[in-house]
Amino acid sequence: MKPDFEQFKDLPGTTIFTIEKGREGFQLNEFCMSLRKEENRRRFLADERSYLDEWEMTEDQKQAVLTRDFQKMLDNGGNVYFLSKIFAAEGLSYVQAVSTMTDMNVEQYQAMMLAGGRNVEGWRSKKERDVA
Amino acid sequence: MAKITAGVATSHVPAVGAAIDMGRTEDDYWKPMFQGYEFSKSWIKTNNPDVAIIVYNDHASYFGMEIMPTFAIGVAESFEVCDEGYGPRPVPSVEGAPELATHLAASLILDDFDLTVLNVLEVDHGLTVPLSLMYGTPDKWPSKVIPLAVNVVMYPQPSGERCLSLGKAIRRAVEEFDEDLNVQIWGTGGMSHQIQGARAGLINLPWDQKFMDDLVDQPEVLQYKPHLEYMREAGSEGVELIMWLIMRGALGDKVDEVHRFNHVPASNTSVGHLILTPQGGNA
Repeated sequence: MKPDFEQFKDLPGTTIFTIEKGREGFQLNEFCMSLRKEENRRRFLADERSYLDEWEMTEDQKQAVLTRDFQKMLDNGGNVYFLSKIFAAEGLSYVQAVSTMTDMNVEQYQAMMLAGGRNVEGWRSKKERDVA
Repeated sequence: MAKITAGVATSHVPAVGAAIDMGRTEDDYWKPMFQGYEFSKSWIKTNNPDVAIIVYNDHASYFGMEIMPTFAIGVAESFEVCDEGYGPRPVPSVEGAPELATHLAASLILDDFDLTVLNVLEVDHGLTVPLSLMYGTPDKWPSKVIPLAVNVVMYPQPSGERCLSLGKAIRRAVEEFDEDLNVQIWGTGGMSHQIQGARAGLINLPWDQKFMDDLVDQPEVLQYKPHLEYMREAGSEGVELIMWLIMRGALGDKVDEVHRFNHVPASNTSVGHLILTPQGGNA
């Protein structure tokens, strides 16, 4: 079966992690995996730039990590489960980190979740979003 | 002969594990969610399996991008608990069932399901949170476990059709095993959630409930649901629900619904939980 990677581009505000993105983000995600070790978390947080320079990541990927720009990390091949090792190293929860990718602050995001979460209406496709 | 006596479906939200580990299950935020599992905790005391086959996904905890198996089965004596970045969860390590696991692996491979065989595996919240939800906080898990890891993180994930068929093959393989064992199969993950991008926080409870209805009554319809539909309707991480199809396939054509529970939210996620038993007593 011929793979269709284009189909996911219609999803608004969503980056689907494909086998292709996995190639693009390989070094970024490898760096993230290294943070499963406490010793590496300490080394990373003590001197982030030096630690990142140990990895063959692009400068864009490194800047995205340094500025905690999770959307930019996704755009450069990161996957959120890998990226979770970065915010876990700082003791942040998924809600705290995930909310930074939305147009809400963490309090607003938590209030939305308590009210039942983001309604899918208007968010199914880019086309629907444009007319919503 | 071994037989599959029940299926359990449950979300495996990491924050649920953290709430248990930090003693927050009575907090206002968490209490209504944990109440939905009270029935299950007493049910499993009288229906405890010898072995639970737990279908789950690893979340970049053991498998990185160096090796990404589509289906993998743990055949070891025991499985340690991963450090997912916060330090390992303070829960018991997981005891394996190597004799049944190697039989299953061999039987499934011969049936054309090309599983990766894992003699070493560390398990993450995808497997330990369901254990905590069903068993609470024991010093030792009351059942042996066969971990069945599925790639749901990287597209292409296995198709729904493949997942349902794998479940059916697991049922046959279990019944071919000579020892009298009470075996359950647990399907974990889901329900609707998205934890990335501007659309993060998406929840679609009506869709989740319809998925549960169909899973119980007409799983053959669900097997043709494309990945894109899960992602569009249930969020990018909602695609984890294909793992529930493996559980359902292993229960045979008709099932009885023993328990059902939904709760929104747990962290970013719509929590769903089912206990199903094969109809006709599976004698």
